[in-house]
Amino acid sequence: MSLLRRIAPQLVALLILFALVSVVFPGFLSVSLNDGRLVGPVIDVLKRGAPVALLSIGMTLVIATRGIDLSVGTTMAICGAAAAAVIAAGWGLPAALAVALAAGAAAGLWNGVLVAIVGIQPFVATLILMTMGRGIAQLITEGCILTFSDAGLAFFGSGTLLGLPVPAWLWIVGGLGVAALMRRTALGLLIEAIGINRRASALAGVNATVLVIAVYVAAGLCAALAGIVVTADIRGADANNAGLWLELDAILAVVIGGNSLLGGRFSVIASILGAMIIQTIDTGVLLAGFPPEYNLVIKAVLVLMILVLQSPRIAAEWRLWRDSQRASRAAAERRQAS
Amino acid sequence: MNTRALPLYATIAIFLIAYLLCWLQFPNILSTRVIGNLLTDNAYLGIVAVGMTLVILSGGIDLSVGSVIAFSGVFIAVLLRDTGLHPMIVFVLLLLLTTAFGAAMGFLIHRLMMPAFIVTLAGMFLARGAAYMLTIDSVPINDPFYQTLQSAYWLMPGKGRLTLIGVLMLLTVMAGMVIAHRTRFGTSVYAMGGGEATARLMGVRQGRTIVLVYAFSGLMAGLSGIVFSLYTGSGYPLATVGTELTAIAAVVIGGTLLTGGAGYMFGTLIGVLTMGLLQTYIVFDGTLSSWWTKIVIGILLLAFILLQKGLLRLTRGRLQGAAS
Repeated sequence: MSLLRRIAPQLVALLILFALVSVVFPGFLSVSLNDGRLVGPVIDVLKRGAPVALLSIGMTLVIATRGIDLSVGTTMAICGAAAAAVIAAGWGLPAALAVALAAGAAAGLWNGVLVAIVGIQPFVATLILMTMGRGIAQLITEGCILTFSDAGLAFFGSGTLLGLPVPAWLWIVGGLGVAALMRRTALGLLIEAIGINRRASALAGVNATVLVIAVYVAAGLCAALAGIVVTADIRGADANNAGLWLELDAILAVVIGGNSLLGGRFSVIASILGAMIIQTIDTGVLLAGFPPEYNLVIKAVLVLMILVLQSPRIAAEWRLWRDSQRASRAAAERRQAS
Repeated sequence: MNTRALPLYATIAIFLIAYLLCWLQFPNILSTRVIGNLLTDNAYLGIVAVGMTLVILSGGIDLSVGSVIAFSGVFIAVLLRDTGLHPMIVFVLLLLLTTAFGAAMGFLIHRLMMPAFIVTLAGMFLARGAAYMLTIDSVPINDPFYQTLQSAYWLMPGKGRLTLIGVLMLLTVMAGMVIAHRTRFGTSVYAMGGGEATARLMGVRQGRTIVLVYAFSGLMAGLSGIVFSLYTGSGYPLATVGTELTAIAAVVIGGTLLTGGAGYMFGTLIGVLTMGLLQTYIVFDGTLSSWWTKIVIGILLLAFILLQKGLLRLTRGRLQGAAS
């Protein structure tokens, strides 16, 4: 019940968006079964939103510790390139997945060590991998777009399982799994404690160093999955464009999910809903016949609106104004009574 | 010895050593032609890095500059194509627009008390989106005045060309040095970067300073956009993707503390030139691929951040030693 109350704003926003898109594009909510797979614009949203949804899972945890991970987009490119390179070398699917996930974990470990042990601010620490990462990815693909025709790997991008696209399954299962892990164990509480005050939580016995590193590794693994999905979808690893700007979308998803950028309380499910809201806007803008150029402006306006709503100062001023109104009304009533 | 200036000395030393190594392998790299090209090719980056230096010194960050440069190019190209305005008038209009854009972001950062990088992130989307809305094609600029500006250069001894935009970059860096080190506003910026609460108690006008800092960054991004459109002779909304990161890297390699409060404008120029030298070396070598640039820049970035971290610890240790 408390979960429902927590994600209510995101759900309402999503439903309003669905209604809005349905008005301009009446067939938006129609879903039909075709060759054992569900087909329809909504299913497309579930599939296209997969990379951002996957990234937002890891990003939520990182932001909850008062960090930020700017490198997830480039990590996607590295992992996608690694998977494609392994497949192209003929080592088979399990090796490709293992190498991609290991690359993601290594990227996360790098970030985590820089943040937790060396003590660099997260924004700066992850910036290093963000600048370097595309170079590394291009090193793997040797500057060209590495294509492959392995059906097994392509299954992760365009396959179908029980009617739903595989990318959608990945984020649904991943998101629910992580949410359960956070809320059914004390892990979520400990991460929130670090985000609110790392020093205090460390003094209270939370192993903050290990947890912060673990959180960045989790973000790296999520980026690896997203990288596999993107690479498998186009059956090629594009070191330059895979995951470009997606770190920003992931941060936006977390912010839309009502999580504070200043750390503390978080909800993975709300962030995933945020990712779906972004994807619905993207798809809706296209379906409504607007040129895709409007997408960025709409996103920018959205971010600004959320920022105003989240701003600590505006909230304080609103409370001040409300209290003064209430006080003056009370004074007026007292005057009338006397 | 002044530990704050240590990163600057390290930057200058690295640049000189790198240049020496390049020179030993390719003696021609020390010709005025190469130096002239180094200035011309990195002019837009140098100008935008001046604005970024001031923002970082104040303890903030501006992620919107790359998009603003792209917007500027498109704005100029479309206006010159569709109206009969003189380029100079278009330049003035553009600079007013980007300065106001920067000031608006600064106002929001101050008013909303939100992290600068998320506000400027929205600015980045907005500027890029505005560029897309003007056009999605690459628009050539065929104005005769533009050709005059593009072909304006001074032939240095050794046949190197010191172009107009190269000179403009050097002048901008000098103006930046004066603003950062010789004005009251510059001192306020340093104070803000050193600690916001302290600065406020010392009487720094916080809101005004933040708005001015981001307005200055917007102005520099607009100027950089003009230079970039002179350099490429066109406007393209997908241009200069990721320039904000290159500019931040140049500032940090130039020895400015990313947390703000310490650094030198001159270091940024050296940082920009170091990155330009890397690219020049790769062109001279011919067998290395361009992605090595990104990796080496990343490593340099890490090295400088670690250096700053070490210095900070050193200073703190000495302060404690002095106190006890």
